[in-house]
Amino acid sequence: MNLPNESRLITNVSCPFCGLACDDLNIRVSGNSLGVEANSCERATRLFAANSGAPGTNGSIKNLAAPFAQCAASAASLLRRASQPLISGLAADVGGIRAALRMADRIGAIVDHMNATALSRNLLVLQDSGWIVSTFAEVRSRADFVLIVGTETNSRFPRFAERLIDPLDSPFSDGPMQRSVVYLGPKPKAPADARVLDCPTSGLGEVFGALRCLIANRPLQAVQVAGLDMEVLRSLAGEMRRARYGVVAWAAADLDLPHGELVVQSICGLISDLNETTRFAGLPLGGNDADITANQVTLWQTGLPLRTGFGRGVPEYDAYHFGTDRLLASKNADVLLWVSAFDPLRLPPETDVPTIVLGSPAMRFTKPPAVFIPVATPGLHHAGHFFRSDGVMAVRLRKLTDSPLPSVADVLTAIEQAI
Amino acid sequence: MLIRLKGGRIYDPANGANGAVRDIYVRDGRIVADPGAGARPDHDYDVSGKVVMAGAIDMHTHIGGGKVNIARALLPEDHRADLLARTELTRACCGHAAPSTLATGYRYAEMGYTACFEPALLPTNARQAHMEMGDVPIVDKGGYALLGNDDLLLSLMREGADQKLINDYVAWTLDVTQCIGIKVVNPGGINAFKFNARKLDLDETSPHYGITPRAILLTLAQAIEDLGVPHPLHVHGCNLGVPGNVDTTLETISGIEGLPMHLTHIQFHSYGTEGDRKFSSGAARIAEAINRNPNISADVGQILFGQTVTASGDNMSQHRNRKFASPDKWVVMDIECDAGCGVVPFRYRDQNFVNALQWAIGLEIFLSVDDPWRIFLTTDHPNGAPFTTYPHLIRLLMDKTFRNEQLARLNPDAVAASTLGSITREYTLNEMAIMTRAGPAKILGLADRGHLGIGAGADITVYTDREDREEMFRTPDYVFKDGELVAKDGRIVKVTLGATHVVKPAYDRGIEDRLRPHFARYRSTRLENFAIDEEELCECGSSRLAVHQCRHERTA
Repeated sequence: MNLPNESRLITNVSCPFCGLACDDLNIRVSGNSLGVEANSCERATRLFAANSGAPGTNGSIKNLAAPFAQCAASAASLLRRASQPLISGLAADVGGIRAALRMADRIGAIVDHMNATALSRNLLVLQDSGWIVSTFAEVRSRADFVLIVGTETNSRFPRFAERLIDPLDSPFSDGPMQRSVVYLGPKPKAPADARVLDCPTSGLGEVFGALRCLIANRPLQAVQVAGLDMEVLRSLAGEMRRARYGVVAWAAADLDLPHGELVVQSICGLISDLNETTRFAGLPLGGNDADITANQVTLWQTGLPLRTGFGRGVPEYDAYHFGTDRLLASKNADVLLWVSAFDPLRLPPETDVPTIVLGSPAMRFTKPPAVFIPVATPGLHHAGHFFRSDGVMAVRLRKLTDSPLPSVADVLTAIEQAI
Repeated sequence: MLIRLKGGRIYDPANGANGAVRDIYVRDGRIVADPGAGARPDHDYDVSGKVVMAGAIDMHTHIGGGKVNIARALLPEDHRADLLARTELTRACCGHAAPSTLATGYRYAEMGYTACFEPALLPTNARQAHMEMGDVPIVDKGGYALLGNDDLLLSLMREGADQKLINDYVAWTLDVTQCIGIKVVNPGGINAFKFNARKLDLDETSPHYGITPRAILLTLAQAIEDLGVPHPLHVHGCNLGVPGNVDTTLETISGIEGLPMHLTHIQFHSYGTEGDRKFSSGAARIAEAINRNPNISADVGQILFGQTVTASGDNMSQHRNRKFASPDKWVVMDIECDAGCGVVPFRYRDQNFVNALQWAIGLEIFLSVDDPWRIFLTTDHPNGAPFTTYPHLIRLLMDKTFRNEQLARLNPDAVAASTLGSITREYTLNEMAIMTRAGPAKILGLADRGHLGIGAGADITVYTDREDREEMFRTPDYVFKDGELVAKDGRIVKVTLGATHVVKPAYDRGIEDRLRPHFARYRSTRLENFAIDEEELCECGSSRLAVHQCRHERTA
């Protein structure tokens, strides 16, 4: 129990608000209010604040306030009558996702995530050809060359450069290590003095194709590729070949173009080629809104990734037909259960399909859902687990302060019981 | 509640029962003495004529953790071909080469297994491994923490840290990752691969650190010995899969200088270079070395034919093996200044000379090691074959005629290059009970598992004695986990949670002061957030922490 005037500092707090999952935050707890005092970033500042406060426990049914039990009963009734329920959003901790999968199995739902379109760009490559990848500590301690692909890396993952790129002390060198950093993409958000190669997203596939040609010493009759001079690419290829441990980082969310997975595949092909003579690795960046978490749990419990459905009593995976937008647009799903426990801005897609939302109490709807149940935030109000971008580190989320609200797992369990 | 299993033939090698007929009583999850004439069992099972053994223990099976989930992600097509439909009791999931955690638990329990040990738990990945194992229902679990390629240990060794400090680091690792043993994979090699080395022999010095795999093995084996950890250092040696590696393996055995050592999936480390194809069986030499060195134990890592996926911490070897990927896709990963992993799908073919000889080499080792307490039945699931092939493997070991029929179908050059056809040994039921129950429990230090004595946990499997051992071991009549009937006639009848087996050797917590700066400077998480405590373990899905004694604690 926190007294309103009590103020205490909690150190080494894990942050669940982006895929970096930094675990070095200092959080000032004053009653229900949570403020980041050290190792903050704009996402952490916004989302610790947004999920602070003293929320009421009422949810709503058709925009009318209703107590929890009534909301759960109403949600259960919608789901019971659904012929093809869809559980999406799925921004929750491991416990919440476990509960969602148990319910999906029970009611024959399809399971998707709000970021699965981006995530699928990586998954399709994994399923088709695989990859060579690395993790944060290796990149931070070892990489002497880093190519950052896309525009929004530093805004999606605000402490990316601070934590992985800027530190130059290495256990493997006596003095500061040398690290070349290159940004590639349409007007990348990069420090003012950064080396930037500006090219459109639609040209990235060509750029990596050209680099593969250059690395393989194949003739290429071109003066420019995607607006970049061949001389620039030749020099980049040479630098990559000379790197001792090179890294290409990309956020699949930035590769928003038809068949963006082909860009990922050419990046991974290039990395594989480079490993014939030196060491090189990819660093796929994701994890925001627990997309990696959701995929990991779905994989281990079912054997298949996100966009798996249970409608026929066996798990069926379909990266295309089981996407939330497609299911809603085609009315192939008739009830949407949207879970969004971290970021109140991540609202359900606009749809006529009856929607149940389990979300942050700070959510503001333009079109109120059929049922809204406010939930506690994992890592702020209850303990849990959250996977980092690299899929290796599951960070321990701790409870920082009390909340009157139930967790996603609590709510789903209650709804399941009511079904 | 009192349960009686009436009239079974008891195979309980730890207590000297070799088919003796007697009743077994179970109360509150434990085996108890005959409560006397007045007691009325609540449940009475007539198992007369049936074979009764303790629940089987798989001491080396990749059931959960990062690389297993990568294997799952890699192979949706393999999963689509093996779907498990939901039932009233069990959930919809997928099986085969890298089965879902749920399928893993269901299928192990259906086969009469009641405990599984994940042999490659990366300390940085410990949470994921425990969460996955927590979602493997029914069976008990345990993990071996990987050391020997982590920059922390190698830095300590390079600095010449004394053995006591290293012992503290090893004990701390066991403690904070909630593990029961220590495994080393390609000692120093995974680390060397990050510096672009493509091989590292036993006496080759590693890049940057200048340390040999031999020194890493000795240091870690000494730590295990000093700490009194029951399970010997669990070793996946240098040069996995490389023809000629039998010499490396023999050198590894002599190089450990008499300290206890467990050589895992030794089949993959028993290859010679004789013959036209420069690939031959080193099984006889390996078996002889095991027979001669009582400090050495091994599990086989038998291969069986068909599609599977190899998932290993040994990314150096897996990168080399990528050329054999079938289907042609693979993953290699460098992990957190801690370890690595490599996942390569494989299809072992019976008409392929190398694969056929691998099959024969594994069986030659099984049948040439004299002491069943020091050799263990594994396929290194899923690397040699999925664990669901165990009943077939058991028949190969127990039925010479069947074995020779299978041998005759293989690549004829491989058949000619193997001595398998001339080996007449057939494993007995008692030896099978040693190899799959009493032996694993003993080598892991599980005092209350793997046997049917008074006080043991009531993990019990009852089989109908069939001539077809494959059929017999695939479909036990009854499987009890901690006294609860969980499977009947090969079908799940109850889904429970399993415990997590660990050891907690004493150590100086001052080691954390030594480790903290390394975490803060070079790693991407804080030391303060590294440890998994019992409460968290249970949140991961474990029913309880089962702490087993280290040797010093017993003598104290």
